[in-house]
Amino acid sequence: MPILTSLLAGLVFGIGLILSGMADPAKVLGFLDLAGRWDPSLALVMAGAVGIGLLGFAIAGRRTASFLGLPMRLPTTRHVDGRLVGGSLLFGIGWGLAGFCPGPALVALGMGQAKAAIFVGAMLAGMGVFELLGRRAASSVAKA
Amino acid sequence: MSVDWNALTPTAALAGGVLIGSAAVVFALFNGRIAGISGVLGGLLDPVKGDLGWRVAFVLGLVAAPLAYAVFASVPGPRIDAGWGELVIAGLLVGIGTRYGAGCTSGHGVCGLSRLSLRSLVATATFMVAGFATVFVVRHLIGA
Repeated sequence: MPILTSLLAGLVFGIGLILSGMADPAKVLGFLDLAGRWDPSLALVMAGAVGIGLLGFAIAGRRTASFLGLPMRLPTTRHVDGRLVGGSLLFGIGWGLAGFCPGPALVALGMGQAKAAIFVGAMLAGMGVFELLGRRAASSVAKA
Repeated sequence: MSVDWNALTPTAALAGGVLIGSAAVVFALFNGRIAGISGVLGGLLDPVKGDLGWRVAFVLGLVAAPLAYAVFASVPGPRIDAGWGELVIAGLLVGIGTRYGAGCTSGHGVCGLSRLSLRSLVATATFMVAGFATVFVVRHLIGA
């Protein structure tokens, strides 16, 4: 059952990415291009997502077990450290270069886009580098 | 800054965002986990027995989303202007950055902000600023 809900969640998430235009790097870059012709759409995507999320996570946050009886594994780490900021900086730069972040890249891969495959390959390689270098020192929440 | 009114798609953006948020909420309530795609992928690279099924299912859902979408409407082709070299660099940065930063736009942006997490607020603000800055440098300073 958890496999099914996970599949469903991924499917609906991906459909949402396509519908909102977030699977289209040019549209994402249009949001990140403040000095150019600015497309605020991504902000509305976040507003829609977080709007639902605020309600849903308020409920989820109070539970110790999921609806399927699984343990809740919502991160509890609170501290802000250099790893968080540094990592986010690197991610943001990569995001701004190609207009892809992990989810949309996988969706574009599903569309049969060769360029998405290149990005995903490189992304997995980058994650592999982290596994080799950072696993020892990384906080436990990074492997959630 | 000038708003690109032609590109702005408020209804699709909001609707897509609602789907994304709903998927994240369903995942949290049923699977008890954060729908953070960088984290889902990261766990595939460092496999723990019994922990793989739901990860593969979620990724499969994302990759299959275009097929599901195509049942209802034509899937808009993504516009990927980045060259292969850019895609590799971007992918590496996103891969390394999301792991050190413990999240991406889905994990920190959608889920983290919905949970009112300060860590996610800092992460999101950081990768957003980095994204804005990168696009500014690439499009308006270097002129690429």
